[in-house]
Amino acid sequence: MRGARRTLLRGLPVLPSVLLLLLFLAGPIAYCAYIAFTDMQLTGASGTHFVGLANFRHAFADPGFRNAVVLTLVFTVLSSIIGQNTLGLGLAAAMRRASRPVRTVTGAVVIAAWVLPEIVAGFLLYAFFRREGTLNAILGWLHLPSQNWLFTLPILAVSLANVWRGTAFSMLVYSAALAEIPQDIAEQAEVDGASAVQRMWHVTLPMIRRSIGTNLMLNTLQTLSVFGLVWAMTRGGPGARSQTLPLFMYEKAFQQSLIGYGTAVALLLLVVGALFSVVYLRLLRTEV
Amino acid sequence: MTSARRGGRPRSFRSARRVRHRLAADLALLLVAVAFAVPLGWLALASFNEHAGLRTSLPHPFTLGNFQAVLTPDTTYTPMFNSLLLCGSATALTVAAATLAAYPLSRYRSRFNRPFLLTILFATCLPITAIMVPVYGLFVQVNLIDTLWGTALFLATAQLPFAIWLMRNFMDGVPTVLEEAAWTDGASSMQALWRVVLPLMGPGVGVVTVFTFIAMWGNFFVPFMLLLSPDQLPASVSIYTFFGSYGTVVYGQLAAFSVLYSAPVVVLYVAIARRLGGGFALGGAVKG
Repeated sequence: MRGARRTLLRGLPVLPSVLLLLLFLAGPIAYCAYIAFTDMQLTGASGTHFVGLANFRHAFADPGFRNAVVLTLVFTVLSSIIGQNTLGLGLAAAMRRASRPVRTVTGAVVIAAWVLPEIVAGFLLYAFFRREGTLNAILGWLHLPSQNWLFTLPILAVSLANVWRGTAFSMLVYSAALAEIPQDIAEQAEVDGASAVQRMWHVTLPMIRRSIGTNLMLNTLQTLSVFGLVWAMTRGGPGARSQTLPLFMYEKAFQQSLIGYGTAVALLLLVVGALFSVVYLRLLRTEV
Repeated sequence: MTSARRGGRPRSFRSARRVRHRLAADLALLLVAVAFAVPLGWLALASFNEHAGLRTSLPHPFTLGNFQAVLTPDTTYTPMFNSLLLCGSATALTVAAATLAAYPLSRYRSRFNRPFLLTILFATCLPITAIMVPVYGLFVQVNLIDTLWGTALFLATAQLPFAIWLMRNFMDGVPTVLEEAAWTDGASSMQALWRVVLPLMGPGVGVVTVFTFIAMWGNFFVPFMLLLSPDQLPASVSIYTFFGSYGTVVYGQLAAFSVLYSAPVVVLYVAIARRLGGGFALGGAVKG
């Protein structure tokens, strides 16, 4: 009994955090799980009815939803798994060989892109990809055909924008991971005549596989919830050709006032995020 | 075979190859650095250009007029003050709650620690974007919508899991010997935290504070959803007025405002970059 009281007393400082988390995080999540099964509309809560799985059935039959899922997959695979992850690893690996000034300058520029507020990054890349923007100027200068990027390939443009903005994180994670590989192992492989590619594949990658797992997981979670960047560049358009799930959710809930339907989509996004989080926790298991 | 090659490779050959590798790495890094720098260059050049367009060009004529034009109460001072009020109060709340919560988690053994920490880590990964629709709904029902303090409470909670996690890691690094001396002298645990632990982990608290503030300063979606009246909007949302009702966008002024809005976080990041250093063990640092 005394032990229980002591535990309670000692745990008291955790209380403010617990209260905040319950009120503003757990509460909304529970509320999300509730309205996802109702037909709530923005115009008034009086007519809200429990509709079971209707929102979800509606979603899976809705071409707009399927379009958003496909675009979200493309966006995530292109920008997070292929783009940020691979480029970040490449940069970190090249930095270990490069001369000091080059390393410093490259690090600063890549990190600057990451530190800038999301909405500023969105405007910068909007200016870069516009028809009369800098990218086409560069292409013209190289005598390559120009494109109206935000119209013909909007999902590619926003994916590249996300690579620009997010690569720094992977670079930092991999720089830390590569620095922990014992020097003599890398040298031994080099002495044994392994090529750079062979060393990367057979020595380096297996040794940093935990970092790869962690990084992929965090990148994917981050990319799944990108809103401001896409919103500033294309608003999901033209049409719905760069409308990823967060933008789809926003449109349904607020521009079409279908709160129930929008929340059902949000709940699906949340469940996917939660699944990734659980995998991430398993990867970290030994550290907690 | 292997040993023969090992002995037979002349030193000069190996160092020549090393130089070649370094040159290749330098070249690759510079290429990436230039690609990342181009959109940043537009921002810097356009802000000083009287006739700035979407294409990157040298300021012609060079002018400070863009900055003069945006440095008015309506355009810059009020939104920046709103940002400061919103993010400052939310950061103070997050850091205070996280410090209190971290203390028992770091100092006492309890069977609640592990589940609590796992929940915290799980929460750091959740896509906050997904719960914004239900949060909006809740805020409308409890009349917190369009209030600065309600938005600050939500922002504070959204950053709280990561802040607790980070804070506990820093606190674990403070040895307990000094506190035990304080306890022997009759100090309560809160006195020990305030007088002994916090002064010893000043840099750690600084990193958590700056990191939390940067994340909030750049947050677009939360204030975009929860604040409505124009005179309450922080800079991350008010930036949209540049695309507002006037039709044509004055890109020079948009760039100048972006520079002003980004400056605080860039300065703060530079201030803590050394402490973050290579040991970037901040899993979950960039969730949206």
